[in-house]
Amino acid sequence: MTVEVWTILFVSITFMIYLYIGWRSRVKDTKGFFVADQGVPAIANGAATAADWMSAASFISMAGLISFLGYDGSIYLMGWTGGYVLLALLLAPYLRKFGKYTVPDFVGDRYYSNWARLVAVVAAIFVSLTYVAGQMRGVGIVFSRFLQVDVNTGVIIGMVIVAFFAILGGMKGITWTQVAQYSILIVAYLIPAIAIAWQLTGNPIPQVAFTFSDIVDKLNAVQVDLGFQEYTQPFANKSMLDILMITVALMVGTAGLPHVIVRFYTVPNVRAARYSAGWALLFIAILYTTAPAVASFARYNLIDTLHDQKIEEVRQLDWVTKWENTGLLTLEDKNSDGVISLTPEEETSEITIDRDIIVLSTPEVAKLAPWVIALVAAGGLAAALSTASGLLLVISSSIAHDVYFRMINPNASESKRVFVGRLMVGFAIAIAGYFGINPPGFVAQVVAFAFGLAAASFFPIILLGIFDKRTNREGAIAGMVVGLLFTTIYIVGIKFGGMEPWLWGISAEGIGTIGMLLNLLVTLVVSRLTPPPPAEIQALVENLRTPGDATVALAELGEEQLD
Amino acid sequence: MSESSRRQTYWRANIALIRNLLLVWALVSIGFSILLVEPLNQIHLGRLPLGFWMAQQGSIFVFVGLIFIYATQMDKLDRKFSNKDK
Repeated sequence: MTVEVWTILFVSITFMIYLYIGWRSRVKDTKGFFVADQGVPAIANGAATAADWMSAASFISMAGLISFLGYDGSIYLMGWTGGYVLLALLLAPYLRKFGKYTVPDFVGDRYYSNWARLVAVVAAIFVSLTYVAGQMRGVGIVFSRFLQVDVNTGVIIGMVIVAFFAILGGMKGITWTQVAQYSILIVAYLIPAIAIAWQLTGNPIPQVAFTFSDIVDKLNAVQVDLGFQEYTQPFANKSMLDILMITVALMVGTAGLPHVIVRFYTVPNVRAARYSAGWALLFIAILYTTAPAVASFARYNLIDTLHDQKIEEVRQLDWVTKWENTGLLTLEDKNSDGVISLTPEEETSEITIDRDIIVLSTPEVAKLAPWVIALVAAGGLAAALSTASGLLLVISSSIAHDVYFRMINPNASESKRVFVGRLMVGFAIAIAGYFGINPPGFVAQVVAFAFGLAAASFFPIILLGIFDKRTNREGAIAGMVVGLLFTTIYIVGIKFGGMEPWLWGISAEGIGTIGMLLNLLVTLVVSRLTPPPPAEIQALVENLRTPGDATVALAELGEEQLD
Repeated sequence: MSESSRRQTYWRANIALIRNLLLVWALVSIGFSILLVEPLNQIHLGRLPLGFWMAQQGSIFVFVGLIFIYATQMDKLDRKFSNKDK
C-alpha cells in the first residue's frame, strides 16, 4: 500500500476513536462540562495534560529547532518541562483545593474583585487564541502534505472533529480523547526515533544512543568542517544571560498557562493533583528526552545524505522531490559544479532546510516503511487537535462561566449555563478555524507573547495568592497591570516597532522573566501600603493550605495501610 | 497541639520541603545546565559533554523525580498530621 492509503486509513481510524469517545462522554451539567465531574484519575489526567501541552509545535517543530540550534535549543527542552516542577509544588495542589472551574475564578475570588477577574479573563482568552490559531494551521499543513488535501479543507475537517467531542462532552469528552491522543502521538514519535537510532548506532533506545554513541562527536566534526560552530557548543547563537532569561520565562509561562492549570481542576482531590503533575511530566519527558536525540540524528543523516552529493543523484530520491515541491527544502547548484554543499552563509549555501521538516521527513530519509510515515501524520494531527481542544475549552469557560455566569447572570440555571458553554465552544472553534484558514502573519511572533504574558500575569498572582496572605486586591491589580504593560511594550516594541532589545540584550522571548519579577515586586510593595484583605479571604487562604481530609483521600485511592 | 499551631507546623514543613526541592531544581537547570555549562563540558558522560547532557537530558529526568518525591513526601506529611487527629 502507498503512503497515502496508509495515511487515510490511520487518520480515519483515529478520528473514529475520537468521535466514539466523544459520544460516550456526553455530559449534561456544568461540573461535567467544565471540570469533567472532577473524576479523572491521576494517571489519566497526566496523559491528558501531556497531550494538552504537547502541541503541533512540540511534535513537528521542536526537534527541528534543536537540530539547528544545538546546545542553545535546550531553552525549549528545559523551559517546557521545568515549569511542571513549579506547577506541581507551588500551584496545582492549592488550585485543586480551591476547587472552582477556571483560573479567573481563583483570581476573582482570592482578590475579591471583578476587575481582577476581568483582567484575568482577557489575558486567558488572548493567550489561548494566540495558541489555537497555530494548532489549526498545523492540522491544515499535515492534511495538505500527507493527503494532498487543500489546507482549508483540512482545517474544516479538523474543526468538525473537535466540535463534535468538545460540544457534546465538554471537558469530559476532551479529557478522554486527549488520553487517546497522547497514546497515538507518543507511539508515532517513538517508532521513527527508535528506527533511526537503531540504523545509525545499533542501539534502539534513542536516549542511550544519543549519550553513548559517537554520532554527536561526528556531528561536531562535520559542523566544524563545514564552518559551523560545534553542535554542543554553548551560547553559539544567544548570550548566557539571554538563554537564562528565556529558559526561566518559558518555565514560569508554562506554569501560568490557563489550559494547563485547568487540567488540575479535573482530578478528585489534592493528592491526585500532586501525582498527576508527576505523571504529566513523565509522559512529556518521554517525548522531550527523545527529541534532542532525533534532532542530532536527523541533522547528521541529512548532512550525510545531501552534502557534497551530485544534484541529479539527490533529485532521484522520492522524498527530496516531494519536499522540494512544498518549498520547505530547496536545492540550488549556485556555483554550477554539479555538486550541492551546505555552508553557514545563506548566499553560498546550496541547501536550505526548513526546520519543520526534520521530524516529518525523518522516516523517509531513514527509508522506513510507508505505514510509519502515515503514523507520523496521524500523530501530528493528534498533537494539534488535543492542544486545540484544551484551548477551546478555556476560551469557552472564560466567557460562559467567568463573564456570563459570574458577572452578568449569576442566577442562570444549570442547563442554561451548559448551553452557553456549548455555544461558546462552537464560537471559539469558528474563530480558530478562521485563523487557521487566514493565518495572521503575526502568529509566530505572538507565541513569545503568550508565554511572556502568562509569566508576567498569572504566575505571580496565583503564587502570592497562596503563599502570601497579606497580598490584597490593590497589590494584585497593580502587579498584573505593571507586569502586563511592561512585557507588552517590550515585546511589541521589538517585534513590531523595530526597537533594539535595550535591556541587557534580553530578547522578546525572555522578557517575561523580568515582567514576572516586576509583578512580584509591585504586588508585594503595594499590598503592604494598602489595607490587608478581609478576614474571610485570609480564612480562604488558610483553607487552601490544608489538603482537606487526607485520610479519606488516601483510602479512595486504594492505599491499604495508612500508618 | 492546638488546631492552628498544628496547621502552622504542617505548613512550615511543606514550605521547607518545597524550598529544598526548588533548590535542586534551580541547581540542575540554571546552575549545571546554563551558568556552569562550560566548565562541566570538560567532563564527559558517555560520549557527550556533561553540561550539554545535563541541559538536554539530565535536567529533565531530575524534574520528573522531584515531582514524585514531593508527592510521596507530602503523603507522609498528610498521614502524620491526620493521625494526630485521632
